[in-house]
Parts: sequence; C-alpha cells; structure tokens
Amino acid sequence: MQLTLWSYEGPPHIGAMRIATAMHGVHYVLHAPQGDTYADLLFTMIERRDRRPPVSYTTFQARDLGGDTAELFRTAVRDAYDRFRPEAMIVGASCTAELIQDDPGGLAAGLGLPIPVIPVELPAYQRKENWGAAETFYQLVRVATAGQAPPDRAAQPFCVNILGPTALGFRHRDDVRDIAALLARLGIAVNVIAPLSASFADLARLPAAHANLVLYPEAAGTAAGYLARRFGQKTISTVPIGLGATRDFVAEIAGLAQVTPPPGLAGECRLGWYSRSVDSTYLTGKRVFIFGDATHAIALARVATAEIGFSLVGLGTYSREFAAPVRAAAQSHGLEALITDDYLAVEAAIAAAQPELVLGTQMERHIAKRLGVPCAVISAPAHVQDFPARHAPFAGFEGANVLFDTLIHPLMMGLEEHLLGMFRDDFEFNDTAAPSHLGPHATTPPEPASPANAPAGALADALASAPVWRDDAEAELRKIPFFVRGKARRNTEIFARERGLNPITIETIYDAKAHFSA
Amino acid sequence: MSACATSPAGPHAVIAERGQREVFCGLTGIVWLHRRIQDAFFLVVGSRTCAHLLQSAAGVMIFAEPRFATAIIEERDLAGRADLDDELDRVATRLIARRPDIRLLFLVGSCPSEVIRLDLGRAAARLEERFGRSPRVLAYSGSGIGTTFTEGEDACLSALVPTLAPAPGPATRLLVVGALADVVEDQFRRLFAALGIATVDFLPARRADAMPPVGPGTRYVLAQPFLGETATALERRGAVPIAAPCPLGAEGTRLWFESIAAAFGIDPAHVDGVLSLPVRRATAALAAPRARLAGRRVFLFPDSQLEIPLARFLARECGMILTEVGTPFLNRRLMAPDLALLPAGAQLAEGQDVERQLDRCRAARPDLVVCGLGLANPLEAEGFATKWSIELVFSPIQGFEQAADLAALFARPLARRALLEV
Repeated sequence: MQLTLWSYEGPPHIGAMRIATAMHGVHYVLHAPQGDTYADLLFTMIERRDRRPPVSYTTFQARDLGGDTAELFRTAVRDAYDRFRPEAMIVGASCTAELIQDDPGGLAAGLGLPIPVIPVELPAYQRKENWGAAETFYQLVRVATAGQAPPDRAAQPFCVNILGPTALGFRHRDDVRDIAALLARLGIAVNVIAPLSASFADLARLPAAHANLVLYPEAAGTAAGYLARRFGQKTISTVPIGLGATRDFVAEIAGLAQVTPPPGLAGECRLGWYSRSVDSTYLTGKRVFIFGDATHAIALARVATAEIGFSLVGLGTYSREFAAPVRAAAQSHGLEALITDDYLAVEAAIAAAQPELVLGTQMERHIAKRLGVPCAVISAPAHVQDFPARHAPFAGFEGANVLFDTLIHPLMMGLEEHLLGMFRDDFEFNDTAAPSHLGPHATTPPEPASPANAPAGALADALASAPVWRDDAEAELRKIPFFVRGKARRNTEIFARERGLNPITIETIYDAKAHFSA
Repeated sequence: MSACATSPAGPHAVIAERGQREVFCGLTGIVWLHRRIQDAFFLVVGSRTCAHLLQSAAGVMIFAEPRFATAIIEERDLAGRADLDDELDRVATRLIARRPDIRLLFLVGSCPSEVIRLDLGRAAARLEERFGRSPRVLAYSGSGIGTTFTEGEDACLSALVPTLAPAPGPATRLLVVGALADVVEDQFRRLFAALGIATVDFLPARRADAMPPVGPGTRYVLAQPFLGETATALERRGAVPIAAPCPLGAEGTRLWFESIAAAFGIDPAHVDGVLSLPVRRATAALAAPRARLAGRRVFLFPDSQLEIPLARFLARECGMILTEVGTPFLNRRLMAPDLALLPAGAQLAEGQDVERQLDRCRAARPDLVVCGLGLANPLEAEGFATKWSIELVFSPIQGFEQAADLAALFARPLARRALLEV
C-alpha cells in the first residue's frame, strides 16, 4: 500500500478516456462502479469541453455483484452502440471491475457488433494515466492498420503524421496548431494528426506518411514504435519545445524531407533577443528547480539554462516510464534526477535546493507558494487556468516566446529589482511601506512569525533547531531585500549551525554571505 | 439499459430507473466532513482512482494540510505477497506518527476494498487497540457500489452513533443531525436558546472528544435529508425522531423549528414570537431572487437527495414550475414532510439512466437545469441554463439567514444569461 494525498497521474483508464475524448467517432464503454463518472468533469470543467466525453459506464452497484455484472456490461455496450453509432468502440475495466474479472473484450465480441470493438487491458494497480493513454492509442492504431502492407512511399511527396496530442493535454491544442503551421512553411505535408481531432478511419491512413513526429512520447511513444516496426516509418523524436529544440527539430525534419528551410523561418521568435537584451542580465544564474512530465521537464531544462541563462539546481519527473532520459538530462547538468510520484519528496527536494524559481505542475505551484518561491506551471497536471482561452503554445517558435514570458513573469524584472535594492531603506519605498495609493494611514501587516507559516517536513525540522539572532543582526537582515531575505536567513543559519555559532551576529551574516558566494 | 417503471407515490408519479448514473460516490463526503470534525482524519483504503476522485473533488483544498488521504492498494497487495492487514497497519501507524494531533481516524472503505472483502471494521478495532484508543479508529464505507455522494456522510455518522456516550439523566435533549456550516449551527443555537430548549447537541460535533451523548431521552431531528442509516442507528440507541421538512427556505426553516418546538411542548405563541422576525427578514430577502425565478421551469438531476426539499423550496417560495425532480434515493419515511408540501402531480425520478433522463430533459425544455459538473457545460452548450448542484452541498444554505442566498444560487445563472452579450 502506498499512502497518497496527491497523485500526479490518474489511473490508466483516465488515459484511455483522454484518447477517446480527443478523437471523433470512438466510444469507450467502461465497466465501472457508480461514481467513476467523476472523471467526466475533468474534461467538461478543466478543459471546458462543450460535450460529454464519449464514455459510457456500466455503473454497477453492490447488489449487482452477486448477480450478472457481465449482462450489465453487454447491455451497456449494446445501448452505447445503438445510441451513438460510433465508428469503433473501445471496451475495458476500471480498477474495481478488474477485480471482479468479467472479460470486457470477450463479452463485447460476443455481441457481434458491425464495428471494430477494441479491448484495452489497463492494469490499474500497476500502471497509471499516461501509460493508459499510450496503450489505448497503440491498440487503436494496431487495429485500424491491421492487414495493411507497408505502402510504397518512394513515389509519394514527403509527408508526416503528428502523434501524441490528447484531450486534457498541457497546451496540446495550441502546440499542434503551431507545429502544423511550421511544417506548412517548410512545405511539408501533414498526413494525419492523432489522436486529437482524428477519427478512427484517419488512423487507418497513418502508414502512408514517411515519418511520425512524436510530439508527446508519453502518449504516442508506444504507437510510434509499433508504426516504425510494422510499416518502416521514421520516428522524429526531437520535441520542438524551446528555441534550440525547435531549430534542431527543423533541421531534422528538413533533412528527412530534403527541403531547405526558408530564410527567416524563426523571424518572429523573440526569445533570443529578449534574452540577450540588458534587462535580462539579472536573470543570469538564478537558481531554478524543474519538475513535471519527462517531455516538459527535459525541454524546459534546456530552455532555462541555455536560452534564459538560469542555473539548474534540480530536475525531476513523475513519469517513471521516462526516467532514463530525465536522468541523462540531469546528469548533463551535474545533477541527480528526482524520480518520484510522492509530492512530499518533491517538496523536500525543493526546500533543500533553495531555488529562486520553480517550474513544475500545479502541485509545485502550491509547494512554491508555501515556501515563498516564484513559480510557473510548465506541465500537467494543471488546473483550469492553464487551459487558457488565448493562443498559448509551448512548442515551436511562438511557443518559445510564450516560454520566455512564462518563465520571466514570476520573477522581478531587472529594473524593478535594481530599484528595490537601491531604495530598500527608503522611507516610502521599502517592503513594509504600504502602497501610496492606500493613503498615509495604511500599513502592511508585519511578516508573520515563523510558526504561523512554517513549512512542513525537513525544512521545519531545520528551522526548529535554528540558532538565535541578536537584535542588531536581525535588523541588518531586514536591510536585505525581502525577496532574497528568506534565502539569506536560511544560509546564515546553516552556516552558523555547521560552525556552532550562537547567537548570530552581524559578522555571522557577512561571513555566511562570503562563504556561500565563494 | 434501464428498468423504468412509473408508479404513483401518493400524489406524485415516480419514475424508478436503473442504468448509467452520473453521480459521485460516497467518498466525496470526506471533502466536507473533514472540515467539520477538526481533529479527525479520513484514510481511504482504495485505488488510485479513489485518490484521483478526492483530488478532483477537493480542488485546491488538498494543499492546506487536509486531513484525508488514500492508502492505494497495489499489485503486490492483490497478489498476496504483502499481507493486506499488515500493510494497512503499517500505513496507519506511519500516518498517526506523522499527525499526532489526530483524535479520530476513519478507515473509509471503497469499491476495491469491498470487492476484495477487506474487513475494515476488524482493522479499525485492531488499530484502536494498538493505538491505546488514542486516536479512536472507526470504519465506514464510502464506496460507489454502496453509497451515492451524500450517503457517505450518512455512513460516517452512523458509524459514530454506536460510540456515542449514553445520555445522562431523565431530561430531554435535542440532537440536530447532519453536518452544517459553523455559521448555520451558530444561528440555530441562538434560536434554540431563544425558544427555551436548554440542551442542544449537534452531530457531528466539531471535535472528536466533544461528540454528543445519546439515549432514550434524546429527541433527534435531521438537518439533512440523506441520513437514513444514521436515523436508524440513533433509534437503535433509543433516540426518538422529530419529523420535519428540511430547514431550507423561510417556510422550511420555520416548519422545522415549529416541529421541534412542538415536540418540546413549547407554547406556539412563544415560538411565533421568536420566529416572526427572522421569518419576515428571510421572506423579504427572497423577493429579489424570487422575481427572477417565478414562473420559470426547473429540472433537477439526481445528486444529493437534497433535490426534493430544494424542489419544494423552489416551487413554494420562489414560484418555480417543477418539470422533473430526480433523486438518487427516495427515503419515503424521512422525505414525507417535504413530499407533503410538494405541488401535487410533481414528476419525481428515483435512480438514473442518464441518457434517457437527458432525453426527457431536452424534451421538457426547462429554463433551468440543476445538475452535476459532468453535465453542466455540455447542457449549457446545448442552450440550457444550468446550476451545478455540488455547490448546494458545500455552501451554507440552511436556515432563515441563508434563504435568499439559496434562491440566489438558482437566480444567478439566469441573471448571467440575461446579462451576457456573447
């Protein structure tokens, strides 16, 4: 048993729902107890879909268990077919139905429906959401392309499939639009985009493409591997997130297609210039901690370090299936990757790394808020605000622009930081002065004492054993700008504890500062 | 796939339906119960799906050191390599070591734990002994195969009832049953004091060591309509019920207090004196939302068992026309006072086949649909105004001072549709 409060991924049947919901004409019949329909609202609320996911549930109850749950399942399949007339159906069991051991595939096959009925086996006590999505998409592709011979593509103009975008995917909607537009400017035709917006019949056309562009390996890696083996298609695995990665991607695909990228292809990408402009100098070496799905974590590590100039102090993922590439990426930065799906472990790692910026999922957003560190969301799981109305890709050249803004906005910009530093003791421009528009009597609340906002876990233990501050040292500490004061306090205390210095004096502060900047 | 039968129940026709249900399971009750009992922890024994459900239902609340979690059953637990009892003891012991402030631990059963027949009652007794009765450990089921949404609270409270101390003395005590918002409980306490009812307890209490006693001198009244098992458990302890409609709206709350006062033999003139001011205030406040709701047609999908009292309030106090009133379960005994006030001929539906019910909803063309979040946006996209029902469980809606707030919850979607030019 695993004690869990927060889970980064849902159970694998949620992954199957993400595939069915992404597509047209595919209906999913899920053998599941009453209550599992809660998952519908992920799609109708978080992604704000205007229709119900194409999923029917058998909704068995306790009184059914002694009786014929198999018949309940057959009826649900028949009713779903009669009502929705899908092109294809997928059938499977949720975690509870897996235990009662009806055989959804066999039961559905016995009905003799005139459409493909595809059983998906999703081991709910072993695997998770992304695995479920990858497996479901693979099974759909396998059945849709069954019996086809590898086509002769030599005479055909070069074209690609874009694989991986799903329902509930982080920025998938906009990523696909920009990557398709980029391919159009390269003069490369797109054969099929799947699963998002594809029909089951579209999947049968997948083998015609020369290459598969795997935008999100978490969802499409298994299917792309199958297509490569079965139909000899090339796999383009460079994920075009970030300026450098997008350039690499263009080079890779242009090479394959034997086209020459038109001049000025990246012309509207401002990330490079913005990053070189002097206001960004202050970003140099800012400590960043990155956690998310493997694809986004790896891509953002490159953007943060090579394209913004941050210093990477932590990199990790909850995607155990993709631990190896994340480990490799971390190693290239001299770090050990954090592979965990336990948010308490992530919280402890962030607290220990003392970053100045956290890039992560909505979970890290809350951890960072608790620790008082700026944060941006760069990966699923994300909440409703990260399914925005505006165009907001992460992939491609426009995606690089979005990334620059996303990574920079939580931080203080250069001029602002400079001014705050310069005027930190100024009577009307310091962190305890109220905003002037609130009038002369306004005061800001004092900084809460540490027990009230004490962080949990390892950090709390560290603070509990913290040395005492002398009053003049405390006063000196308050001259340090508030946004770095917490870090200065922690560093000084670590320094003092390691050397048995108690109480902390002004000298201790500057000794610690010298020590940590050495 | 429904066995759909229409049968009259008194003056109301009831469609009894089976099929796909678009409802929450009882685990969801944890989301408000843990806020209510401040030193209780709810440990679900279930699957990743259960954890995912709680996370989806709890929204941002999950980050404020909430007092609930899931012990996720893993492959090796099922394969018999790890003894499930030992694993559960290990997880619970670790949890209590981490949270020594916990005074009451609920082991909450789920679909998976029930299907594999994990005996959580026995586990609770074993753990309680191990912990030296601090914390107390109780078990109940919030599984989808056994409970629908608010029935999780019923299961929780009915597990508490056998542990309540015997009520002392011959004096009659009042027990108000059902988790209410603190603000509502405080209002009710003031009114009971003004009425002259000396000893009033609430179940659940805000703290585990302050749970009320119960005994043959106890008169209990339900503040929530979904507490059938709890009612039975209380009667087993000798408590005597007071039948009353739900305290929703000015009229419902007045009738609720009047029923209680009558059971305590309080002079009706005094009751009238105490209630007249809040009744007048609530009725006046209802005028504005009523203006928007009167004459509009409403369709309620099943969700919480609050639907019948809500329909009664919407029809009688807001002038709405009921098209269909769905409820996941209809307890005819507990619901009798509200059913008696429902307009004759109202169409009720017990259970659900969601596709057929959607067909009926579309055919009825209601002005407002009360439904869950899985249906709300899709129905809005079809042109229906909707009110998502889960808010009715999380908001303070009972009592006089909340009557207009309750009506406003239904009026707001209609006001918004009138307002928007997009």
